[in-house]
Amino acid sequence: MVNKGETLGIVGESGCGKSVTALSVLRLIPEPGRIVSGHIWFKDRDVASYSREELREYRGNDVSMIFQDPMTSLNPVLRVGFQIKEAMVAHERFDNKTADERVVPMLQKVRISDPKERAKNYPHQFSGGMRQRAMIAMGLSNEPDLLIADEPTTALDVTVQAQIIELLRDLNRDMGTAVVLITHNLAVVASLCTRVIVMYAGRIVESGPTRQIFNSPQHPYTWSLLQSIPRIDSTQHDKLLTIAGLPPDLSNPPPGCLFHPRCRFRVDRCSKEEPPLEEVGPEQAARCWVLMKNALAGAEPVR
Amino acid sequence: MSAQEAQVSQAPAYEMALVRVEDVVKHFPIGTGLFGGQAVRAVDGVSFEVRSGETLGLVGESGCGKSTLGRVIAQLQPATAGHVFFRDTDLVRLHGEKLRRMRQQMQMIFQDPYASLNPRMTVGDIIGEPLQNFGIARGKERERRINEVMRTCGLNPNFIRRYPHEFSGGQRQRIGIARALVLNPTFIVADEPISALDVSIQAQIVNLLEDLQDRFKLTYLFIAHDLSVVRHLSDRVAVMYLGKIVEIADSKEIYLNPLHPYTKALLSSIPIPDPDLEAQREPILLKGEIPSPVNPPTGCRFHTRCPIAQFPKCSEEEPPLEEKAAGHRAACHFAGQL
Repeated sequence: MVNKGETLGIVGESGCGKSVTALSVLRLIPEPGRIVSGHIWFKDRDVASYSREELREYRGNDVSMIFQDPMTSLNPVLRVGFQIKEAMVAHERFDNKTADERVVPMLQKVRISDPKERAKNYPHQFSGGMRQRAMIAMGLSNEPDLLIADEPTTALDVTVQAQIIELLRDLNRDMGTAVVLITHNLAVVASLCTRVIVMYAGRIVESGPTRQIFNSPQHPYTWSLLQSIPRIDSTQHDKLLTIAGLPPDLSNPPPGCLFHPRCRFRVDRCSKEEPPLEEVGPEQAARCWVLMKNALAGAEPVR
Repeated sequence: MSAQEAQVSQAPAYEMALVRVEDVVKHFPIGTGLFGGQAVRAVDGVSFEVRSGETLGLVGESGCGKSTLGRVIAQLQPATAGHVFFRDTDLVRLHGEKLRRMRQQMQMIFQDPYASLNPRMTVGDIIGEPLQNFGIARGKERERRINEVMRTCGLNPNFIRRYPHEFSGGQRQRIGIARALVLNPTFIVADEPISALDVSIQAQIVNLLEDLQDRFKLTYLFIAHDLSVVRHLSDRVAVMYLGKIVEIADSKEIYLNPLHPYTKALLSSIPIPDPDLEAQREPILLKGEIPSPVNPPTGCRFHTRCPIAQFPKCSEEEPPLEEKAAGHRAACHFAGQL
């Protein structure tokens, strides 16, 4: 669930299903994949039941998406300004003339300097950070309620990453656009998002307000992930905690909890029954039989 | 302070330079005709040393020349000018067999564990190839050595006849490390060895690199753009910008007291995985992006993005890399003023 105007982070390792979840929201799952069951509610209608026409309206107008590699998402032979205009004209939200007039202010909004001249450039004349800005401008040109950003800063340098995060934060605040940020970088989530969903092997293993997830993670996977990254602000040299093994092969998942083969806190029940995603605190939910509050207290886990 | 640090700081050998880089320049010529004579100035006059037994972290944004510098030091690419001393030997002047012999002592670990292993060779052959190359071990002895190094790197020796595609990214990186280690080198250049790996796997490789350093008294040049990892691993850190080293100091010192405005901005842009600290952090946002190394800015190369640049001094006079505090060198006219 994403609330109006909120910033939600979806974190997890590659192959955990975070991008597929986002693509599902837009009904963009490539063949032969399909949504087997479940619903996607936008406002109060189920996107899974949308007709083609409705989907066209929905994509871009209601929800838009930006991707990791802006070079492959932009057409190399069309001018950047034209591509932004095209996004608006295609949705018939603005007529040709208004769309034309909106291009330069949109580029200005994403802080591309000299936007009038830059609109005439081709994508290869833009740097990586500017391309991502152009993608964001395109994504926001139809004033959607929700912007899904799939690893928007992964391909960028840290100083440019800082600029893009700042931009997303300001746009969220000024335009009220809700942002779903998909990333493997926990620090970026801590910086931008108010709520977090942690995914592992295709499942949500924990969700809750950012502060709570970082201060008091309840799922062993979330906890381990936080312990395994070196921090720029650490003053002592501790060995990093490692998570043994690899994420499971999803065509042949382990029985019970999908994380149990790698979990240092597992109990017998973990290999037999999959735990449900249950409330563990105010607005916080975790999918675990043990939970970190019990594991760290050294108490016998609840059975 | 870890046991390892305490140990090396007592030993006088720590201060000894194992590798000394002097005014190294690497230019890649581009184009002919109208554009002839131009060059990408990837590394443009760099001097520093790597001390015996330490990890020197080399950081910078993409395109700053850090990987090229690593390759020049490892002699995988010839320097355009300058010297690279390994102990007392100038590698730049060595050729043929003499240089090849020196390579035993310095090995490289690459970023992409998918591209750096030959898909048509078995793991045993990949790891054993250096032994063959240098005629060190054959037959049973070779097999024994491969087994041993695989175990050291956390690989199951039963997989010796498998091919790279049968391994995960983390395991492939272990194969790359085993290959670098099989010759018992003293110096290893690790070029972004963990950036292609998943978060939960990165810690495994970082810990492995630390263990190996302890066990075999290795010296590392650790090239990375992830400053959190560099801080964790390095004794000293060098920061590169557009082909130049702008600051070099002890790891603790550089993180607590960065003197160059670029280092300061770089450190301040790194998000911390803690929402409470994040709410207070105020990154110094740099304008624009790294300029083209074909035609770098005059004077201080950072002046076009620098928040404290003063004109015309910064745009005309190139600041030398000089000692500003004990063991702390920075190349800035106004060091420490941001």
